[in-house]
Amino acid sequence: MPLPANRPNVRVVTLQIDGQDLSAREDETIIEVCREHGIPIPSLCYLDGLSIWGACRLCLVEVTGQGRLLAACSTRVTEGMQIQTNTETLQRYRRTIVELLFAERNHVCSVCVSNGHCELQFMAQMCGVDHVRVPHRQVSYPVDSSHEMFRVDHDRCILCTRCVRVCDEIEGAHTWDVMGRGSDCQVITDMAEPWGDSDTCTSCGKCVQVCPTGALVKQGTSVGEMVKDQHFLPILARRRHIL
Amino acid sequence: MSRTITIEPVTRIEGHARITLQLGEAGEVEDAKFHLTQFRGFEKFCEGRPYREMPALTARTCGICPVSHVLASNKACDHLLSVSIPPTGEKLRRIINLAQLTQSHALSFFHLSSPDLLLGWDSDPVSRNIFGVMRQDPALAKDGIRLRQIGQTIIETLGGKKIHPTWVVPGGVSEPLVQEKRDAMLKLIPEGLDIAKRTYTFFKTLVPKFKDEAEHFGNQPTMFLSLVSPKGHLEHYDGLIRIKDAQGRIVEDMVPPHEYERLIGEAVEDFSYMKFPYYKPHGYPHGIYRVGPLARLNNVDACGTPYADVALAEFHMLQESGPIASSFHYHYARLVEIIYALEMMDRLLKDPTILDARVRARARSNRSEGIGVSEAPRGILMHHYKIDDEGLINWVNLIIATGHNNLAMNQSIRQVADAYVDGNNLREGMLNRVEAVIRCFDPCLSCASHAFGEMPLAIELRAADGRILDTLRRG
Repeated sequence: MPLPANRPNVRVVTLQIDGQDLSAREDETIIEVCREHGIPIPSLCYLDGLSIWGACRLCLVEVTGQGRLLAACSTRVTEGMQIQTNTETLQRYRRTIVELLFAERNHVCSVCVSNGHCELQFMAQMCGVDHVRVPHRQVSYPVDSSHEMFRVDHDRCILCTRCVRVCDEIEGAHTWDVMGRGSDCQVITDMAEPWGDSDTCTSCGKCVQVCPTGALVKQGTSVGEMVKDQHFLPILARRRHIL
Repeated sequence: MSRTITIEPVTRIEGHARITLQLGEAGEVEDAKFHLTQFRGFEKFCEGRPYREMPALTARTCGICPVSHVLASNKACDHLLSVSIPPTGEKLRRIINLAQLTQSHALSFFHLSSPDLLLGWDSDPVSRNIFGVMRQDPALAKDGIRLRQIGQTIIETLGGKKIHPTWVVPGGVSEPLVQEKRDAMLKLIPEGLDIAKRTYTFFKTLVPKFKDEAEHFGNQPTMFLSLVSPKGHLEHYDGLIRIKDAQGRIVEDMVPPHEYERLIGEAVEDFSYMKFPYYKPHGYPHGIYRVGPLARLNNVDACGTPYADVALAEFHMLQESGPIASSFHYHYARLVEIIYALEMMDRLLKDPTILDARVRARARSNRSEGIGVSEAPRGILMHHYKIDDEGLINWVNLIIATGHNNLAMNQSIRQVADAYVDGNNLREGMLNRVEAVIRCFDPCLSCASHAFGEMPLAIELRAADGRILDTLRRG
């Protein structure tokens, strides 16, 4: 959800992240505290200004006393929490997650319009993915280029649902949604109609800007030319919440 | 008893290939074939992709001449957009094309072919490579490496990287040239030109030594096909198609490249993954023609730059009259073209409009079919796309420069094998000559170059029933 305006009487808690003593508001999530203090923590589905989805699992952290790994984006801080963000186990899991994303669809960076400006590509570099150890699914996905201004290439989609959330929560159009289950999941426009035929799409382009990869892009861009700008999102989210 | 000699892989070329020589009862060559053994499938797997991806996609065909694919592909996309690109954008595209011509020709001459020319066809295959050249003539090897570096540096300066740059885009180029980069590139040209002239002068002294090879290395009457400028000058980026016959008569002239299908048919054979393009009016396989440096120089009336024009005049003196027929002289033509490329880059970089900021025309697809044709280092390159209403590719045809030479290469192998291969007394040097005739064409078998000279080469003589009669191994 869009972040609430300053609420009175919110307690401050103290916690430790990677051995560093920190304090934070009790309504903050671990990822928010990490970002505030410049502690790098990978994520793909999380985006400041959108509701929490917790799907990509890249922001998993180790919390002392917990028998399982917790998603930093969907876990609020508590008093005395001790968090590790970059252990060997986490590095291994993260690399595997990114590899699985690459294996699930056909991500060919070298010919992608988002090459050099892609969050998935950056994540792969960050996690040391120099090759993919699992077999690629090699499923063929069509490109929907029916929209006048934008294009969706399902081959590049990682199902982070940022497009679905921004369209619903910020633009209020709810053009995007998710269809199917498991590996057959796919983002769709309206009732799985071509994007160009959508009655609800306002062509605002927010979905394109928040998409972390080359799945949603502007028409007319060539390889490496699709640079996205997400600065508008937290500002817009807060302003709309106030209104 | 009839036998087959297989040369696999063919070394010091770009890509994977095999040569088979069919011997008759008396050990004489009955048939010779050049097989392209790698399958890529670009024309198929590009279907369904947005046309703007095509330049980057098709550039992956090759690591040596990606710029050629980038240009032909972008020209096909320009055609889809139905735009005229800004003049400065076109000049910048020309520069990157010439830079690639320089580096690719340098690779072919110095790294791949000079070991044969300098060390001899029969020299020890262990040292018959660029390292052997370094030992024998370090200055020449250094020149070759530096010349290639100059070409690559210009590509990188303009395109952002040496291999597979994405700076050329449909409608022009993505960024204008800035003065610092222009000056940096201009500084490289004199050194490159010195090397090119030096090498050319040296090679002229070598040519008379290879009279025999010049006579037997693909010395055959074929037509020549290339682009020429509207004035009939040397042209690598744009221009019109000219075809000359073996006697030098112009058969087709000033044909817009978009009409290539009227001139060129494509045949397939079951022994190779490479197509066999042919001149349609003469039918298959009689419509044999050659492309590349030899064809370009045979077809043009002039190069259009001072030193290259002198070299062109000397090139025509290699033969008493008519177009230069021997494929051995591809090497010569390549050196002339390097000189031309450097002179022309110098001229373009000094053009007062080269720093103009207007370098890109923007449009959507306005046609359903686009054809882009340019001259790659190895010859004319054709990209032909069809798209649907949403700009997605639904049909692709690529005719790669090396493909045009396919019929000629097969014929050349036969000629060399006839002249040099004695099936009863097989020697490595004989087979190296068979490979060397292929190197004259500098075929780009759609991938990056291999580890020259170190690749194992096995030649087997088999009886008709498959029994191995004799084996020769290299590496």
